[in-house]
Amino acid sequence: MLTGLAFAGASSAYAQAAKPAAKPAEKVVTKPLPAGLDPSAGAAPFASTYKPLPGRATAIVGATVLTATGQQIENGVVFFSGGKIVSVGGAGTAVPADVAVIDGKGKWVTPGVIDAHSHLGVYSSPGVQARSDGNEVTDPNTAQVWAEHSVWPHDPGFNRARAGGVTTLQILPGSANLFGGRSVTLKNVPSHTMQGMKFPGAPYGVKMACGENPKRVYGGRSRAPSTAMGNVAGYRAAWINAADYKRKWDDYRAKVEKGEKADAPKRDLQLDTLMGVLNGEILVQNHCYRGDEMAVMIDIGKEFGYRTTMFHHAVEAYKVGDLLAKEDVCFATWASWQGFKMESLDGIDANAAIAYKAGACTVIHSDDPIMTQRLNQEAALAMAAGNRIGMNINRAEAIAWITANPAKALGIGDKTGSLVAGKAADVVLWSSDPFSVYAKAEKVFIDGGLAYDRNDPQYQPKSDFELGQPGEGAFHQ
Amino acid sequence: MIRTMLFGGACALALTTAASAETVAITNAKIETVAAAGTIASGVIVLTDGKITAVGANVSVPSGARVIDAKGGVVTPGLIAPSSNLGASEIGGVRETRDDGSGTEMSAGFDIAYSINPDSPVIALARDGGVTGAAITPTLSGGGGGAHRDDGDAELEALQNYTAGRAGDGDPRLFAGQAALIRLAAGDTDIVTKAKVAVALDLGQAGARAAGGSRGAAIVLVKSAFEDARAFARNRSAFEKGATRDFGLSRIDLEALIPVIEGKTPLLVRVRRASDIRQVLKLAAEEKVKIILEGAEEGWIAAADIAKAGVPVIIDTQADLPDSFETLASRLDNAARLQAAGVAVAITGSRDFNNLRLQRLNAGLAVANGMPYQAALASVTAVPAKIWGMSSVGTLEVGKTADVVVWNGDPLETTTWPTAVFVGGQQQPTEYRGLKLRDRYARPAGAYPRAY
Repeated sequence: MLTGLAFAGASSAYAQAAKPAAKPAEKVVTKPLPAGLDPSAGAAPFASTYKPLPGRATAIVGATVLTATGQQIENGVVFFSGGKIVSVGGAGTAVPADVAVIDGKGKWVTPGVIDAHSHLGVYSSPGVQARSDGNEVTDPNTAQVWAEHSVWPHDPGFNRARAGGVTTLQILPGSANLFGGRSVTLKNVPSHTMQGMKFPGAPYGVKMACGENPKRVYGGRSRAPSTAMGNVAGYRAAWINAADYKRKWDDYRAKVEKGEKADAPKRDLQLDTLMGVLNGEILVQNHCYRGDEMAVMIDIGKEFGYRTTMFHHAVEAYKVGDLLAKEDVCFATWASWQGFKMESLDGIDANAAIAYKAGACTVIHSDDPIMTQRLNQEAALAMAAGNRIGMNINRAEAIAWITANPAKALGIGDKTGSLVAGKAADVVLWSSDPFSVYAKAEKVFIDGGLAYDRNDPQYQPKSDFELGQPGEGAFHQ
Repeated sequence: MIRTMLFGGACALALTTAASAETVAITNAKIETVAAAGTIASGVIVLTDGKITAVGANVSVPSGARVIDAKGGVVTPGLIAPSSNLGASEIGGVRETRDDGSGTEMSAGFDIAYSINPDSPVIALARDGGVTGAAITPTLSGGGGGAHRDDGDAELEALQNYTAGRAGDGDPRLFAGQAALIRLAAGDTDIVTKAKVAVALDLGQAGARAAGGSRGAAIVLVKSAFEDARAFARNRSAFEKGATRDFGLSRIDLEALIPVIEGKTPLLVRVRRASDIRQVLKLAAEEKVKIILEGAEEGWIAAADIAKAGVPVIIDTQADLPDSFETLASRLDNAARLQAAGVAVAITGSRDFNNLRLQRLNAGLAVANGMPYQAALASVTAVPAKIWGMSSVGTLEVGKTADVVVWNGDPLETTTWPTAVFVGGQQQPTEYRGLKLRDRYARPAGAYPRAY
C-alpha cells in the first residue's frame, strides 16, 4: 500500500515537470535514505568478520595431486603461502628453503571439499524442535528470510564435516516453500558467531523448491499451492511482483540521478531478494528432482529475465543433460539416494555420469550431515556408475564435482575450488586415494591455516555444545 | 545379455529347476570364505545343485560345468542385510507402498511376512549391492524413511511422533511386530524363508514416546506385557472364557510374545544411549529373554557389558553425530570397538531399502576406522547369518547353500560392483528398473522419443 502511494507521488512529480509552460524543473537534491531503507546503499548488513586461521608457508611434496582443473600429478608439489596457493606442479617444482614441508608420499592432495547443499547450523545436532530452524513454514514465499540468521555456529556437524575435508558449505533454508529464503556460504572454521564463518565476497543464493514439498505442505493446509501448476503460478506471481519492485527502484534511482524529485519505494525484504536475482546479484539455487520440472523452471527464468544457477537434488538430470548443458545450468545430485519419494523414483546411480557426459556442470552434494563427511566417496560412486558402462571418467575429472564445480555454482569459483596459483589455499591431504572407501582426510587447510589434523588433538576443535558431554570429541580416534 | 533375457519375467520360474541343477565353476578368483579357510588368494569355487560343492586353491573344474572367469576379482558369500524393510516398503514418501509398520491396531502380533512383495523392483536394486538375504524387521512408526528433514513435511514429522499405541490408555503398544527372513531370489513367488523370527521393540527415546512420555514408563510397560503374556500362556482357557484380569495387549499380541518369554525367539531391541543399553541388558537378564541390539550408537561405552551378556548388535557405522540426546557419544569406530571387545557385530546399510546396497561400504567404513578387514567381511555375511539362525548361508564352505557374489574388485570399495550374483546356486538377472532407465538415457537420442 505504502509502496503504491510513494509511486503515485513520484508520478505526479513527473507530471509537474512535463508541463510545457512551466519553468525548467528545479534541481532537487534527494537526501540519501536512512540506513536500512535502501536495499543497495551502505555496508552490507551482517558483514563477514571471518579471519583466516594463522598459517605458515607450507609445501606438500611427493603426493598424488588432483588439481580439479583436469590434472592428476604424480609425486607432485603443492606450495602455499600467505593463505594462497603459490605453485602446483611436478617433483621439480621449486619451493623456498625456509618453509614447512609435509611429506605426502603415498598420500593424495585435493582442493578443499565444497558442499553446495548443507543444512548444518540450521538443522543442527542434536535435532530437537528448539533448533529446528531450517524451514520458515508459514508462507509459500519466504524470500525475506536469510538462512544465516538461523545458523547456530556451535553445531557439532561442522566439525564432523571438516574432518571429512569440507572447507566451504552453502547453508540453505529447507524446501517447504516455493521461495525458502536466502542461502549463505560459510568457510568451515570454528567460530562463536555466524559472521565469523561467512565467506567474504560470496554472493547470496535464493532457495527455490519445485515439486512435492511446497504443494504437500501448503496443500495440506488448504491453501495454494496444492498442485504442480499451483507451484508454477506461485513462482510467476512472485517474479511479477519482483519485476515491478525493481522497476520502482530503478525509476527512483534514475530520477535521483537526474536530480528530479523522487520518493523512494518502501523497502520490502522479500522483494529485495528476488530483485537481487533479477539484477544478477543473487544466485538461484533450485531444489528440483524431475527433468521435466527443470525444463519448466528454465522457461520461467526466460520469461522473467533471470538464470537458474543450479538445480539441487536433480536426480533426473540424466534425462535433460543436453538442456542443462545448453542453458549452462549446473546440477547437484547424490550418487546413491533415490526412490525415497515419488519425485525421486527415477533416480539412478549413473545420473551424474550421464549428464556429465552430456556436457552439464556436475556437482555432488549432500543435504545431509552424515553424507557431507564423505562427499569424496559419493563422487566415487557416481564415477564408478559411469565407468560401469564404459564412460572412462577419471579421478582428475570427478574431483571437480565436489570442488571446482560447486565453487562455480556458489559464485566463488574465482576464489577457491581448485589448486591454482592465486586461489585460496583450501587444501586437503588424504591418507590415500580420496575415491577409496578407506581414505581419510589427514590434514585440512583453510586459507592456508591448519583447520584439522587427524593426528594432532590440538587441531581437532570441539564446539561449545560438545564440551562436557559424553561424546566430547568422540569422533576422533 | 542372453542370460538376462532368459531370466526375465515368466521364463525365470520355468528355469528354476534347470538352473539349480546346473554346475557352475567360478575360476581365477580371490575367494573370501569368511570361514576357517580364510582368504584363498586364487582359487576355484564350484556350485552344484544349489550348493557349494568345492572351494579351494587346487580345485579342478568338473567336466560339463559352466565356467565363469572371475578375472582376478573377488568372490564372497552373499551379503545379508541384518535389519531392513526391503520388500515390505517400496517408496518411503508414498504411504500406500509402506507396509512395514503395525499401525494403531496391533503391536507385537504384527507379522511383516505378510507385507513382503517378492516382485518389488527394489529387491533387484539391493541385489546389485551384493545382498542375497535379509532380515525384514518392522518399525514402530509405520516405516518408510528416506524423507529429509528439510522437506518441511509436517505429515512425516507427525508420523515419527505417531506411536503404534495410544499413549496413556494403558495399552503398552511398544512392540513393533514380528520380523521375517527373506532370500533375494528372482522369480520365486515366496521369498520368505522364515517368519516370526523376532519381535521388534523400540526403547530409548522412541519407546518413551510410545509409552506416553518417559523411559521409566516404557520399561514398566514392557515388563507388564511380559507378565501378561505369561499369565495368558498359563491359562488360555480362562482368557477364552473372559475369566482373566484385563491384559494390556490383545490376544494376537500376547500370542506373539509367548515365544519371546520362553526364550525361543529373540527381542530385537532398538536402543541408542549407553544407559538405555545397560537397562535393556538388565531387563533381558531379569526376564530371561534373548535379545539382539539394533542401533547401539553408544554401544562402545557399554562394550564389556554387551560382550559379557553375549548379546549381538546391529550397527550403522556411519552414525557418528550427536543427532539426539541419546546419541551424544556416537563415534565412527563404534563397530570396531565393539568387535574388539568380543561382541558379535553385524553391519547394516541404511535400514531403508533404497540405500540397502550401501551395506558393503559401511563395512568398508568400519575398516577405515579400525575394524580388521576379515571381521568387517564377516559383519555383513557370517555374523548376520549367525544372529538370525541362517545356518546354511553366510560363508563359502562345502555343503552351504550357494549364495555367492562375484565382484570386480574389493567388495567393500566404492569403485567395485558385482559381476555375478547367485542365490541358491541360481545366477540372478542383472537387469533392474534403474539400469533400464540408465540404458535408455545413456545412449544418444534418436529421431523418435526414447519411449519407442
